[in-house]
Amino acid sequence: MGALEAVILTIITASTPLLLAAIGELVTERSGVLNLGVEGMMIMGAVCGFAIAYTTGSPLLGVGAGLLGGVGMSLLFAFLTQTLMTSQVATGLSLTLLGLGLSGLIGESFTGLPGIKLNAIDIPFLTDIPFIGPILFGQDILVYFSFALVAIVTYVLFRTRTGLIINAVGGNHHSAHALGYDVVKVRYACIAFGGACSGLAGAYLSLAYTPQWIENMSSGRGWIALALVVFSSWLPRRVLIGAYLFGTVWIMGLYVQAMGVAIPAQLLSSLPYLVTIVALVMISGNKTLTRINTPACIGQPFAPER
Amino acid sequence: MKRLIGLTAVALAMVLAIGVPHAAEKLKVGFIYVGPIGDHGWSYQHDQGRLAIEKELGDKVETVYVEKVSEGPDAERAIERLARQGAGLIFTTSFGFMNPTLKVAERFPNVKFEHATGFKRSKNVATYNARFYEGRYIIGQAAAKVSKSGVAGYIASFPIPEVVMGINAFILGAQTVNPDFKLKVVWVNSWFDPGKEADAAKVLIGQGADIITQHTDSTAPLQIAGEKGVHGFGQASDMIKFAPKAQLTSIVDNWAPYYVARTKEVLNGTWKSEDTWGGLSAGTVEMAPYANVADDIVKAAKETEAKIRSGALHPFTGPLQKQDGTEFLAAGKVVDDGTLASMNFYVKGVDGKLPQ
Repeated sequence: MGALEAVILTIITASTPLLLAAIGELVTERSGVLNLGVEGMMIMGAVCGFAIAYTTGSPLLGVGAGLLGGVGMSLLFAFLTQTLMTSQVATGLSLTLLGLGLSGLIGESFTGLPGIKLNAIDIPFLTDIPFIGPILFGQDILVYFSFALVAIVTYVLFRTRTGLIINAVGGNHHSAHALGYDVVKVRYACIAFGGACSGLAGAYLSLAYTPQWIENMSSGRGWIALALVVFSSWLPRRVLIGAYLFGTVWIMGLYVQAMGVAIPAQLLSSLPYLVTIVALVMISGNKTLTRINTPACIGQPFAPER
Repeated sequence: MKRLIGLTAVALAMVLAIGVPHAAEKLKVGFIYVGPIGDHGWSYQHDQGRLAIEKELGDKVETVYVEKVSEGPDAERAIERLARQGAGLIFTTSFGFMNPTLKVAERFPNVKFEHATGFKRSKNVATYNARFYEGRYIIGQAAAKVSKSGVAGYIASFPIPEVVMGINAFILGAQTVNPDFKLKVVWVNSWFDPGKEADAAKVLIGQGADIITQHTDSTAPLQIAGEKGVHGFGQASDMIKFAPKAQLTSIVDNWAPYYVARTKEVLNGTWKSEDTWGGLSAGTVEMAPYANVADDIVKAAKETEAKIRSGALHPFTGPLQKQDGTEFLAAGKVVDDGTLASMNFYVKGVDGKLPQ
């Protein structure tokens, strides 16, 4: 395996969980809800995914369980913020804490067990093509799914009626309500979608990235995903760019170190954050575009008048 | 954000860990862990030591612990909480807890503190560490024998003396077998980040390393080694379960004898502040059963182990040069503990520059 090929493969693995979680959170935020609990939903996805994969022996069932784990957490968030009208910021933060604690509890009996890896697909001949084969045709399903998701979300948000409704609810919930849309229901659905994506990101961590369950294994990736959404000014294709830029600089930092280049390791560690933020701010230079895409109602509670 | 999470996690953990007030006569022994017990590495082994105290001393003691305490200001609060809850002996088990431990110790002169891997002591703060470098010398030798590419990858956490001496010991061991052995070091600036550790392992393997070793706490690098068909070494505890085909051996931290002994000293009033640095001979450092290697390599490793144990061999014996070629230890001399404990340079043979 060539060095470049190895690097690209590593970048894909490092970027996929960020992309999955960020694209889900993007949809949630588009509907006007700020869910800071991405980290908590991700870690729950990781533990549920691992637990089911380990118990049943099927990594695919694990992926499904991870998704459901994320959805479960997000529905709790939705119930609290949409039905009980709690503060989104505070609830999101507690969701993260709850997720970290609860996953530790659930995962207690699963720590220290060797995991089951979600295997990469293997298409005869295609996967065997040197260089291109393993990169294009040798990934696991979640990697392909993350790309498909970017395309689907872009299409739905900007080309369909559903997308219009989501954007309307996020842009001005009073108007959307007046037009007869059920704001709360739409938000419930978007929150659940965000939870599903975070759950998948978590399952990716415990089934593909490092196939094992370790407490706290998301190590802040949920927060990076949250930041990606904001800095990409709520545009799916920019989330894709941001996630891969982050992954690339992150891996290159490690790569450069291993080469023995004399750049301080601390600088290399902080570089992904710097580069990603600077790059996304720069491509967000078009202020009108940014303003149009910022959900105006983000974080604001909405109580339908009866 | 992360700080906030850490803080609240600490608060939560304490509520969970401390629980109900205790009966007066029992000695309460407190532990502060930097990682989750479930890391199956550093913090896990400390917790094994805690369990050993409970097993050995039964109803004379009561133990409490707080896990996942981040290094820094949060640590001070967590330690103080334990002291306030009536702990008579507190073990703080990470380098970064050094200053917080000393600060709290000043306010609680009657509580005994034990700080792992640090170098600052006071009347009621003792320090202890293990000579992990002895184990690293042994695995360095084994690595050079097993490696076909002659390149090993080392995943390192923070450039503190403890980690630097480990890297040096590893390459010195390897050089006894293959003087041209290469060591690539990647710093991940974290004690525990499975994903990042795994990435580092992949990058190192991509650059030709066929041996992966680590000074971070998760099992991820070893698992990657197994996946990619190269070899590696466990860290802090026996990690063979995670990489049955990849792990050659593991440097196991066995804190139990020390923890039990110190707790007994507090119970019978003979405890005093001192620095303890046990290694293979004290039983604090153990080598996990060798696997996936030829018998002659195991035999050689065991011989080295025996020599270090008996004191016949010290991994840092001159002549030794720093990375830039200047001599730091004359022929036949053995390094003193002070130099080791403040080691801030690579020896000759390590690739790359040590971050300062």
